[in-house]
Formats: sequence, C-alpha cells, structure tokens
Amino acid sequence: MTTTTSTSTTTSVSAIGGQRLKLVRRNFLSIVRYVILIVVAGVILIPIVYAVLGGFKSNGQLLGDPLALIPAPWVLSNYTDVVFGADAATFWREFANSLIIAVVAVGLTVGLASLAAFVFARMVFRGREIFYTLFTLGLLFPSAVAILPLYILVKQIGLSENLLGVALPQAAFGLPLTIIILRPFFRSIPVELEDAAKIDGCSTFGFFWRVLLPLARPALATVSVLAIVGTWNAFMLPLILLGGQDQWTLPLGVMNFSGLYVSDQARILAFTVCAIMPAIIFYGLAERQIVGGLTAGSVKG
Amino acid sequence: MSATSATGARPRVGFRVPTKWVTISLFLLPALALYLLFVLVPVIQAAHYSLYKWNGLQPLDNFVGLRNYATALGSDTFRTAVSNNFLIIVLSLTLQIPFSLSLAVLLNRRFRGRTVFRVIFFLPYVLSEAITGVVFSLLLRPGALIDSGFSSLGLGGLIQDWLGDPGFVMITLFVIISWKYFGFHMILLLAGLQGIPREIEEAALIDGAGRWQAFRHITLPLLGPTLRVSVFLSMIGALQLFDMIWVMTKGGPLGASNTMAIAMFKAGFTNQQMGYGSALAVILFLFALVLALAYQRFVLQRDVEGAVTAFNG
Repeated sequence: MTTTTSTSTTTSVSAIGGQRLKLVRRNFLSIVRYVILIVVAGVILIPIVYAVLGGFKSNGQLLGDPLALIPAPWVLSNYTDVVFGADAATFWREFANSLIIAVVAVGLTVGLASLAAFVFARMVFRGREIFYTLFTLGLLFPSAVAILPLYILVKQIGLSENLLGVALPQAAFGLPLTIIILRPFFRSIPVELEDAAKIDGCSTFGFFWRVLLPLARPALATVSVLAIVGTWNAFMLPLILLGGQDQWTLPLGVMNFSGLYVSDQARILAFTVCAIMPAIIFYGLAERQIVGGLTAGSVKG
Repeated sequence: MSATSATGARPRVGFRVPTKWVTISLFLLPALALYLLFVLVPVIQAAHYSLYKWNGLQPLDNFVGLRNYATALGSDTFRTAVSNNFLIIVLSLTLQIPFSLSLAVLLNRRFRGRTVFRVIFFLPYVLSEAITGVVFSLLLRPGALIDSGFSSLGLGGLIQDWLGDPGFVMITLFVIISWKYFGFHMILLLAGLQGIPREIEEAALIDGAGRWQAFRHITLPLLGPTLRVSVFLSMIGALQLFDMIWVMTKGGPLGASNTMAIAMFKAGFTNQQMGYGSALAVILFLFALVLALAYQRFVLQRDVEGAVTAFNG
C-alpha cells in the first residue's frame, strides 16, 4: 500500500512538468511526421501533376523552363487533339480495345472462378485439394514463363488476330488469385442457408445463383476490381499476343506513340495523361475495394 | 415430408452420388479447362521446347537435349540478367520494404489528413507499369524536369546519364520501381499493424520499455506474418520484372538492364530462338519455384505457430 501511494504522489508532482514536456515532444513529432509525409507525397505527385500540366504546355515552354509548373499560356490543343482531333481515332480505338479485353477477361475470370470456388468451398469430394493446389500453383510462377508457348498456341488456334487471343489467357491468369480470395467468403455462408434453400426446392445451381452470389456481392466486387486493374494495365501478354496496330491496347499505344513523336513532348504527355485517366478515375471510385481486396488477400496469406 | 426434414437436418445428405459428380464437373470444368489450356499446358510446353533448337516456325525436330541450358548458364548476357533480378530483390528488401514499413508506422495513428496520404501513396500502384515508364523516360531526358530539379537545388553535380549509363541504369530503374510499388507494401504493412492491438505495445511502454524497444520486440515480431508476405511478393515481383524496363531501356544500354524476362523475350521474339528462349523461361520458373518452396517450408510453417510463439521468441 505505502509503495503505491508514494509512487502515485511522485507521478502527480512531476506530472505538470512531464506533461508539458510530453506536449512539446508530441507537437514536435507531429510536425516531423507531417514534413516526412508531405515530402513523400510530393515525390509521388510531382511526376503525375507535371505530366498533366505539361500536356497544357507547348514544346517551347517544356524545353524553355522545365521547372515551371503552371503553363503560360495554357495550350489546349494537345488534349483536344487526343480527345477529338488528330490523335482521337488512335486513342479511342486503343481505349475500346482495352475496354473490350478487360470486360471479357474480367467477366470470364470472375464467372468461372466463382463456379470453381463454390465447389472448392462447399462440396466434399476426392481430389478437391489436389485441384485447388493446382490453381494456387498459378500464383507462384511469373506469367512470363508461359509466354513463348502461348504465342505459338494462340497462333495455332487462330486467335492471333483477335482480341479474344489476349482476353482468354488474361482471364486464365486471373483465376488463381480470384479463386483463392473467393473460397473463404463462400465457405463462410452458413450451411443452414443452403439446406433451407434445398428444402424450398432450390437446385445446387439455384442456390449458387440466387442465394450465394447475392450474399457474396462485396467479395465479388473486390475480386472484380482487382481483376480490372490487372487486365487494364497488362502489357506483356498484349505485346506478344496482339497482331496489328488496330488491336493494340492503351499501354501498347502509349509506348508506340512516345516512340513516334519523340521530339513532340507535349503531345506525348497529353496522350499519356489521357491514357492513365481511366485508371485514376477508377481508383477514385473503387479505392476502398482495391485496398481492401489486396490487404484481405495478402495479410491472410 | 418427414423424410425431407430428416435429411434436411443433416448437412449435405441431399446430394445423390452421381448428381454430385455431375454438379462438380459442371462447376469446375470450365475454369479448369481455361486454366489448363492457357496456363499449365504452356508452362509444360516451355519445358518441352527448351530441349530443341527451334525458331518457332519449322517442325520441332532438332533435339539438342540440355544444350540450351548450358548455353544460358555460360552466357554473360544471361548472367547479367540474373544478377540484375537479384540486385532488385536485394535493394527491395534492404531499402524499399524498410521504407514502406516506416511510412506504415507513421500512418498507423489517427491524425488529420491520414486518409489523404494513404490514398496518394497507393496511387502509383494502379497505374500501368508501361505508361509509368513512358512518363519517367520523358522526365529523365537530359535537361528535363529531374535534371533541372537537381540543378535548382544546387545538386547539379549528382546528375547522371540516368538511363544511358550502364553503371547507373539499374539504380534509376530501382528508384522508379520503388516509386510505383512502395505504397502497395505500405498498405499491406499498415493493415498488418492495424491488426495488432494497441494495448500490447502500450503495456510494454508502461512497463518501462522505450518506444524503439517496444517496436523492435513487440510490434515487429507480431507483424512478422505480414512482413513475410510483403517480402515474398516483392521477390516474386522482382523476378518477373519486364514491362517498365522494356518501355524505358529495352534492356540496354549494352544489356546493362536486362532481366531474365527481357532476355527471354529477346531470345524468343527478336532472335527467333524459341528453344533457347523457352530454356530461359524454365530457368525463371525454377527460380520462382525454389522461392515459393522455401517460403512454404520456412515461412508459412512458422506463421502457423507464429502468432503464439512470437511472444517468447
């Protein structure tokens, strides 16, 4: 007892000075924290902001004073050229190709992975874990490993001049992660619900379609968003598997564009910024799902 | 009626055996077919092609055994490529992940603007690696933004031929890779940190541990599983590095920024050596496999008990 009281008095005596010290220390640390975070945020944002504003400059401005951030005067023609002018046909064609491939690939990945994850999550059968492991293997090796034979294969099955020739392999490479994320979600839906549905005359597919999928909507949103980001940004598969220029996606288009107009920096910047805008807008809309999905998938291992 | 409710009470008796297998096949086969055709079979094909000298067009009849592998292991170009992959792995583990961890710790408090910083730091992750490469190529041109920035800060002496100097190009690429990916690791580690109850660290502080001690001996061990996932993903990512480098340097100058994937691509598509390229693909696969097995063997096992034993260890 005596020791307790003595310590409590000493703390209360020194508390006033200690608290002030603590407050000073806390303020100082908080300032240091902000300084570090603002510097890092600057390093992240400057290239992006510079590219966006650079698209509003003339080449003269860009070369004359590379450090000037604000265009003087503002030049709109670079962007208008991409959106409705000289480069619009190229840009929108590449945008459409990216979009078609993303829609087909993501639709296939999420659709087929849901079906498979359902079986892996809710049915007991011999060989289930072997098949499941087969899919998880896909996560372990780089897609580059398969790329040369894929090129031969896609040519052989006559898809080399077709957007499907990219969308199908892209969908296949998306399966492992999607199945791995969906399986625990599907498993967490109570068995009682399934039994009740069965009693009400639901077939297995009826339960999957009308009960399970609607309940798993948040998980489906997560995997779809991850698959969209992956497919939209894919580079190596389209680079190898797409035939002519008229099939190119935006990343290929940007690379080609920057090679064609090497000395026209403003034009490259405008085209590039337009090409990354869809990803930035999408991130703005789905930030929560993207971050949530990645952390759920990886932190659980 | 009574029969239905009796079966309904026990889970999963409703399936009759044949129906069950029909259902399983219908649900599983589409995904399996797509996966086999476009992922597993090509990987096996790569192993097959790697035993031939083949340009991808003629019949596959010039069997050379393991000669492509011997060529690869004896090739300076390929050895440079492998060492570049490992350079990025080493730099990622020693610089990028500690940096990501520091920022995660800074963000693991409530304060004004926290969400904004988190959203900004993660932003580069959603941009295409290829397009990121195009933007940085412009900014790194001699006399462009980066050079002018250094000069205006009085650091003109540090300016390099960022992408043109064979001795420096990998450093430049590593910095840009980190620009793009540190936010991803930061977000992972932040999620891990948020899973650790604050009380544990506070208890240590009350017991007289310093902040650094509490972090080093309490937080860090508890963060182990997340940290290891981060390390693993970083290593796998570094092994398959292709997009950004292809856009920025195509492996140059003089092969100084080749990676395994770049070397494989060049062999297969630039030089029409599909057999040799496939051998490089198999070697890349083996590296990834060894990494994955080591991870399974040493890391996952520890994590199973980790949550409990980390306190003692």
